[in-house]
Amino acid sequence: MAADNNVLLGLVEEFVSGQVDSKAADTSTGVKNGQFTVLQLVEALGVSLTSSQPQTRGRGVQLLSQVLQECYSGLSEREVEVLIAFYENRLKDHYVITPHVLRGLKALAKCSVLPPGSAVSILKSIFQDVHVQQQSLMVTERSCVYNILISLMESREEELKGLGADFIFGFVQSVDGERDPRNLLLAFQVAKNIIYRGYDLGKFVEELFEVTSCYFPIDFSPPPNDPHGITQEELILSLRAVLTGTPRFAEFLLPLIIEKMDSDVQSAKVDSMHTLAACGQTYSHKELAEFLPGLWSSIRREVFQTASERVESAGLSALSSLVSCLSRSVLNSDSEDSLQVFLNLVLKSDCQHHLCEPDLKLVWPSAKLLQAAAGASYRASLIGTQAVIPALLDQYNNRTQCAQRRTLLEVLQGFVQPTPLSRPADGVSCISTHTHEEESVLVAFQQSLCTVVFSALSETSAGLQVTATRVLTALSQQPGLLSQTDVENAVDHLTRLILEEEEAQVSLAVVECSGSLAHLHPHAFVSRMIPQLKEKILSGRVHTVMEKTLSGSLYECSGAVRRRCVAALASVSSQPSVVQESSPVLLQVLTSAHTGCCGFSVEEVIAVCISLQRIAVHARDNEAIGQFFHDIIIPRLLGLTLQAALQSKDSGHISPLTDEAVLSAIVPVISTACAALKPESASRMAAQAVSLFLDGDTSFLPENAFPSQIQPLQSQADSRGPSQLVCLLMACVCSLPRSVEIPDMDRLLVQLEDLSCTSPHLFSYTFASKCIAGLVNKRPAGAALNAVLDRVLKRVSLELEETSSTHRTQAFTLLIWVAKALLLRYHPLSTALTDKLFSLLSDSALGSLVADGFCVLMNDSPDVLNRDCHADVRIMYRQRFFTENSSKLVQGFNSAEQAKKSCYLKALSHIVNNLPREVQLTELPALLPLLLEALSCVDQGVQLSTLSCLQPVLLESPAALNTQLEALFTRLLALTTSPAMKVRMASLRCVHALSRLPEHMVMPFRARVLKALAAPLDDKKRLVRKEAVAARGEWFLLGSPGG
Amino acid sequence: MSGGTRLENANPLIFQRSGERLLTSTDEDEDVADPIDVREIFDLIRSINDPEHPLSLEELNVVEQVRVNVNDEESTVSVEFTPTIPHCSMATLIGLSIKVKLLRSLPDRFKIDVHITPGTHASEDAVNKQLADKERVAAALENSQLLEVVNQCLSSRGV
Repeated sequence: MAADNNVLLGLVEEFVSGQVDSKAADTSTGVKNGQFTVLQLVEALGVSLTSSQPQTRGRGVQLLSQVLQECYSGLSEREVEVLIAFYENRLKDHYVITPHVLRGLKALAKCSVLPPGSAVSILKSIFQDVHVQQQSLMVTERSCVYNILISLMESREEELKGLGADFIFGFVQSVDGERDPRNLLLAFQVAKNIIYRGYDLGKFVEELFEVTSCYFPIDFSPPPNDPHGITQEELILSLRAVLTGTPRFAEFLLPLIIEKMDSDVQSAKVDSMHTLAACGQTYSHKELAEFLPGLWSSIRREVFQTASERVESAGLSALSSLVSCLSRSVLNSDSEDSLQVFLNLVLKSDCQHHLCEPDLKLVWPSAKLLQAAAGASYRASLIGTQAVIPALLDQYNNRTQCAQRRTLLEVLQGFVQPTPLSRPADGVSCISTHTHEEESVLVAFQQSLCTVVFSALSETSAGLQVTATRVLTALSQQPGLLSQTDVENAVDHLTRLILEEEEAQVSLAVVECSGSLAHLHPHAFVSRMIPQLKEKILSGRVHTVMEKTLSGSLYECSGAVRRRCVAALASVSSQPSVVQESSPVLLQVLTSAHTGCCGFSVEEVIAVCISLQRIAVHARDNEAIGQFFHDIIIPRLLGLTLQAALQSKDSGHISPLTDEAVLSAIVPVISTACAALKPESASRMAAQAVSLFLDGDTSFLPENAFPSQIQPLQSQADSRGPSQLVCLLMACVCSLPRSVEIPDMDRLLVQLEDLSCTSPHLFSYTFASKCIAGLVNKRPAGAALNAVLDRVLKRVSLELEETSSTHRTQAFTLLIWVAKALLLRYHPLSTALTDKLFSLLSDSALGSLVADGFCVLMNDSPDVLNRDCHADVRIMYRQRFFTENSSKLVQGFNSAEQAKKSCYLKALSHIVNNLPREVQLTELPALLPLLLEALSCVDQGVQLSTLSCLQPVLLESPAALNTQLEALFTRLLALTTSPAMKVRMASLRCVHALSRLPEHMVMPFRARVLKALAAPLDDKKRLVRKEAVAARGEWFLLGSPGG
Repeated sequence: MSGGTRLENANPLIFQRSGERLLTSTDEDEDVADPIDVREIFDLIRSINDPEHPLSLEELNVVEQVRVNVNDEESTVSVEFTPTIPHCSMATLIGLSIKVKLLRSLPDRFKIDVHITPGTHASEDAVNKQLADKERVAAALENSQLLEVVNQCLSSRGV
């Protein structure tokens, strides 16, 4: 013990007299491992602490404080008590010592064994003896005070509350005049704690408000190097939380807000309005009542001036918040209805008047203000709509110009559109009758609104019709508002428009509206719209054939009508009862197309498939729709396509259902539906599909009229034969949930492998490869999977090594898809396959194909191996692939002969282009030299890919660019004259991005760039010129005053 | 500019912005040349900022598409602009901004004429002469204070 004491004395001596700062760490270590106690340290410091020199005393306190900062968690209560008394006493000492004392107190404030009463004692000493803003305390010392407050508020809240108003006063004095942003964030946090945790503000409400509100609105710009990372937004939000935290600030804050909303500075206006919106969350009508006229006047002025969308939207949200607050307040028996009074103010002032003005000037600002108010609560919407809608309807009936009627209808839509707050509260339904529960604020106007909407739908103005469909959609979303008759009338109007309206914008709006209504009122569509669409789609064909001889344009016109009908069928089919009526119509089109009796074109068949797929999407939400696809639609699609494939050998007529584009359109119909099937249906689907393709079992197909001995997976010379239906097999079995077991998997894989490796037809062997990949991806790991992979890869290798083989392309296709399947699931064999692909980049015949194969690896495939198909896709597989392989790619590039380098660059571009932005930014600097060389490659595809890689990175200005700018500019400017339009555009975008690098880096290139960019200003393509204008404009501003 | 000074026109009428130009398939067809047309010129100048308000020239109706004329073959372009009030002292500055924007954005072969819409400004003749004088324009751009204001008008609009 005597020896330890000597060591301690030595450390103290060196720190205090020898000014050796590192001894503090040594002392801390000694205390932590039990060599000394803190009290022993204090004794050892005795001489220093009682020295007549303030600097020496300060040095002693400094050592003690630094040790405490390391060791405070191990202190005992007794030790803490003694130390606190010591430190409080030191606050009365010379000001030179104060900073060190504060640091020690900051450490002690974090002790979990703080004795009772210590928190109060510490704060009293600080408030009494430390003049935080007056005695030239440095930023860090002021920060200590705030942190002490925060720590004590966390651990000793009740004691501090016992201080009552004295605590508030002390805090106010401490923070008054603070300027540093870091400390302001701390001070705001303390203030927020005071307000939100229920401290007694006593008579210092105004003082606390003054000491925080003097910073409002925040005007802060981080310094150029931004060392502390504090943002203006952070300060704004912190201060706002303080100012809006208690209703007791209202009498001071609201006048301040009104004053700042009148400011010339736009950001001050916006901040004021956002702060006002936040007030609406905490205030009640009592606080707001006195200031409502002033607030309304300011909000109204700002919205009317429409100086900026930011100001406008902030004002509207503030208004909504006020109305919502007033609606929420519980009134006293003696107070007037604040909501009613305020809404009267809103309505009776200019807003309502402007809605009725002859020329509809200022109608939009007025409408927005009224809508913001009415949308804030159920009561507000009742009051607002009762006042406004009759006026709007009168105006509509009195106006004859379509433009004016459209404007009025758009305003009406804003009031009709339900907002969450404007619906009846759930609580109301406990009290109200059933009838009242369904009541909408619009019930009183239902008849008039429908009349207006239906008459607008009958107008010839496209704008008016589009707006009418939107109002109709909004009306239909009001529960119980539309009667059965109204719905039927609406459906009739929509049907007529679908059949007759040629304007694209109107057609689109009508189809969308039909979709919304059909979801809510399926029966009306089943009974009224679908029969008419069906008749037009199917019956119209006969007339069209005759009309075709009379007029070519009429044929096209009829085709357009049918396309709209087909699209409408998809749009309205979101409920099972509608699907059961609409999809048979679509299937009948396919049947007719197949038999050739009505002359449907391939394009029309594809449109039908797209509609079926849109319907299939709803199977995800509705089991009955999925079941309908399973029972009816998929078997019929398979049956039709099989008939078409078999028939093509015999008859002269070629069915559109053998067209690759049509089959490709059927794939997503089946895969979308299969992906949504329930386990039992999915298992049955798998069994049926496999037995059909493996064994020719057609028993589950409708119209059992197929020949026996069907072998769909056999490779055939006829490209339109059954083998191309493998795409439908893929759609069935590769989309099912992973838990569904595929029967006869091994036999199936063998057949697919044969087809994939030997078929002469790109479509067939590609889809066979995809099917194998889809199955392999989902198969559980184990011996069975490994056996399949061994066999497949052995065969692929054999084919690839035989350079004279006619099936090398097929083998490669299978390789790329299996590689993708394994990559997605992180299978260990993936690495070997990737290496194989890299080696093929140098292959003279396949190199370019392999490079593009990396696009397959990195991109999502829409029809297989994606999450919608329940594939096994691990997160971040792209990043992992890049991390593991980028260096191999670079090495391969460096060692490849010149003619082959472009394949490596193309592969790299595909990989990098699909990485998340953050990874690109991190990894790309290392690849920059390679990318620069890629820009010199003659292959325009490589150039374009590389430019696409570069542009987002240039926007983030990585430091690696510094040394490469000369080369970069030379290459980019050269590419602005590329023969390829897209390369010119992409290179100009990169040059534009470079203008945002730090000025000192790019100023040397300014003159050269401006001169070079003059040429593309005269490019023959407008899109290129546009990019050149944007880039050159930015480069002119560079380094120029005001730029 | 407006810090301590009273606004020249405190309460301007505000007009709606036009939509973006619609793309057509020929725009992406490399074999089809797209001549420089009126809409293209208008798109260059409509987003120029007014020196006095946080608004674009289009929103203040200072520039309109109907007042733009261009002939790509003859390399001529003519723009009329309409100050918001007849005594607007910003007229010269606005005209200069339009001229500079076009000088920076059009091929060198173009002859650029920028002038005030006839009958809309008290100092129409004087302003037009300044804008037509190539040397006056060049001298103005060497004045860094003037250039600063012009560049502010031409920089992308802030949020």
